[in-house]
Parts: sequence; C-alpha cells; structure tokens
Amino acid sequence: MTARDVTEQTFEAEVLKSEKPVLVDFWAAWCGPCRMVSPILDEIATENSDKIDIVKVNVDENPNLAMQYQITSIPAMKVFKAGEVSTSIVGAKPKPALEADLAAYLS
Amino acid sequence: MHNVIIIGSGPAGYTAAIYAARAELEPIVIASSVEAGGELMNTTDVENFPGFPEGILGPDLMGKMQAQAERFGAKVVYDDVDSVDLGGPVKTVKTMLGDTYEARSVIIATGSAYRKIGIPDEERLSGRGVSWCATCDGFFFKGKTIAVVGGGDSAMEESTFLTRFAEKVYVVHRRDSLRASKIMQERAFSNPKIEFVWNNEVVGIDGENAVTGLTLRSTLDGSESTLDVQGLFVSIGNDPRTHLVHGQLDLTAEGTIAVEGRSSKTNIPGVFAAGDVIDPTYRQAATAAGSGTVAALDAEHYLASLAEAGEPDAGADQLAGHVA
Repeated sequence: MTARDVTEQTFEAEVLKSEKPVLVDFWAAWCGPCRMVSPILDEIATENSDKIDIVKVNVDENPNLAMQYQITSIPAMKVFKAGEVSTSIVGAKPKPALEADLAAYLS
Repeated sequence: MHNVIIIGSGPAGYTAAIYAARAELEPIVIASSVEAGGELMNTTDVENFPGFPEGILGPDLMGKMQAQAERFGAKVVYDDVDSVDLGGPVKTVKTMLGDTYEARSVIIATGSAYRKIGIPDEERLSGRGVSWCATCDGFFFKGKTIAVVGGGDSAMEESTFLTRFAEKVYVVHRRDSLRASKIMQERAFSNPKIEFVWNNEVVGIDGENAVTGLTLRSTLDGSESTLDVQGLFVSIGNDPRTHLVHGQLDLTAEGTIAVEGRSSKTNIPGVFAAGDVIDPTYRQAATAAGSGTVAALDAEHYLASLAEAGEPDAGADQLAGHVA
C-alpha cells in the first residue's frame, strides 16, 4: 500500500478531522533520505492499517503546510491525534527504530 | 554460507562488490535501509570523480555503482547490521530485521558519520533549524539568514549551495584559513551572499522552538558575541563508524580500523576494511573506491588460500576454479 498524497486542500478533512491517528510524512522529490524512508512507511501502514493512517505531504507543492508546522528538515514525520501533533520524528530511520518511535500507536 | 559479505554501500562498498562479483564470489552487500549509497546520496554535483567530465549528481553516481555491482551478480540487501561476530573462520552478521548471514570473509565499509559540535542545544534544536544536510534542508531557509560551521570542502560546498535559498550565509570557522580545496574556497569567496566569520567557534544555539541565533566565542581572545540566524548547518567533519566492530577489530589512534600496510587486512584473518572507516586523511569518493578494490582483491586472495589449504568449510564448489 502506497501512502496517498494529502494537500493543503484536503489536509483538514483527511488529517485534522480523522478519527484514527494519522502520520504525515513531509517529503520532497529532491530529498534522498525521504525516498529511502518512504517504502518503510508504506510497509508500516500496510501492517497497521487498522491502527494508523499514513499519508504524505509534498513540501514543494504545499509550502504553507510546511511553514505552518515549522518543517525545517525532511523527512519529517508528524503524528496527528485529534487534530494536534502528538509525536514528531525527524530524519530517515530503519524500520525497527520507526516502529519503536511509533509504539504507542501500533500496539 | 556466503563467500563475502560487504557491510556498507558507499563508493568503497560498491566498488568492492563490483570486483568481488566479477571474481564470481557472489557478494552480499548489506546496504542499510535508509542510508544505502552512503554519504554521496546527500551531495549534489560530484565534480572530482574521474570519468564524468561534466560532473555527476551524487545519487546518480551511486545508482550507477550499484547497477554495475548488480550486473555482475552482487546481491544488495536493504537492511542494517545490528551485530557481527568476526572471530572464527565463519563470520556471522545479524541484521536489525532479524536475519543472520554467514560468510567466510567480511569487508567492513561502513564509512563515517557526521560529527556533532557537542553542545547542549544542538540535539534539542535538531530538525528545528539545526541541520547536517544542506541538500535535504536548504529549501526551508528561503530568504533567511543562516550559518554554516566548518572550513573544509563540504562546508564550502554546502555554503555555496545554500545561497540558492538563503539571503545570507555566514561561514563560522575557528581558524583564519580554510582546509578546503582552492577551487571550493574561490567559489565561496566570490559569492556575494557568503560572509566569513573567522577565528570563532559556536558555543551556544539560541531559540525555544526554532533557532534564533548563535553564541560565538573567539578562538583568539575568548570573547563572546552573538549572531542572529534562523538556521545552522553543521559541517565540521566526520568520524569513522566503527561501533559494530568495537572489541573485535583493532583501531588506530585516530579511531579508524587498523589495517596492515597498504592492504585492507585487519587483525582478524578474513576480515577486511575499506573506505572512510580506515582513512583518517583523504576520505574522497575516488580513494574510497580504490580502497574497496584493494579489499575485494584481498578477500579473493584469502578465499583462494582457504580453498588451497583444503579447509572443510572452504566451499570447494564456488572456489574450484582457484584450486585448479
């Protein structure tokens, strides 16, 4: 399962108003580490689809979202729960490390 | 049982893989899950790797090296090594995803990791204005004033690259001259957006949720000053990545893996090391590639000698050619 893209237009409905926790992967095509972590996030999403939603925001196409959430380093992964950021992860990490960071949402 | 496992996928790892694969050793490259391709994945133009007169993008160069290794039968695994057991004739490599690989020889090409300044606020503001990767994060500093700390080629390359986005780039360096190559220095000196702050080191990073400024200390008289910036890019060098082999392989005073003379031989038979992890001095893509070549040839020679000695686990099937 490949994470779907969320835009400035759909962010509120798909992220802020979601009933499930949503991990937003802020990324860009020119960011090597983003490309590396993306398939790992897809795997985590597939294995935990009942617990967490994983979506992507392209920072080139959605600069206002990047600014609003003060993104200065990507990949930046933010988990939104009830419309608020509840966890922030910066930088590409191996799957077991990401799973550990996200343990509260995956159990 | 494999002939050779290569840990690392920078120029040293992939070049070792090309040679080992062409020697029909069917190497396994454990490339890392998120850092495959190594340090060059985070650079833009590579202008000093021979064979590319117009320059080549770092990720493109690494993609070509990988394709070349795979063409001859190297197998690339996107996983991270968790531990190694190198002592016996059979080397064991365990990965974070829980797989175990066994091989008669291992080539360590784990490279180096970004050095941190080592001040308290660095970690707290990491991802909030403090960065180690200009190509990843420069985009977020459009129209802003930022600082780069460092005086080497990487620092000059990053500073020059960052002027694409930032309005102003201060380069903070603790001496009054640079160790960067002349061409990189000239490029930085002639860039109107770059200003050098000589003889100063960063001793503090200010800001609650985002970087707002730096505290600098003069290396000449110890006086402190502040510099208003919204970002800090740290480019003060690298440290060899040896944590996997601590307690198993001998290290040098500089912290690199110790090797015998100009070879890649470590203190354990069948264990070889190549690239930045053995090189405290040059650390270039081209020298790493040469070093990977040496390691693959040393491993090939070692495996042939095992086969000749007729050791029971020497895998005569794949090495028959050498015995004959």
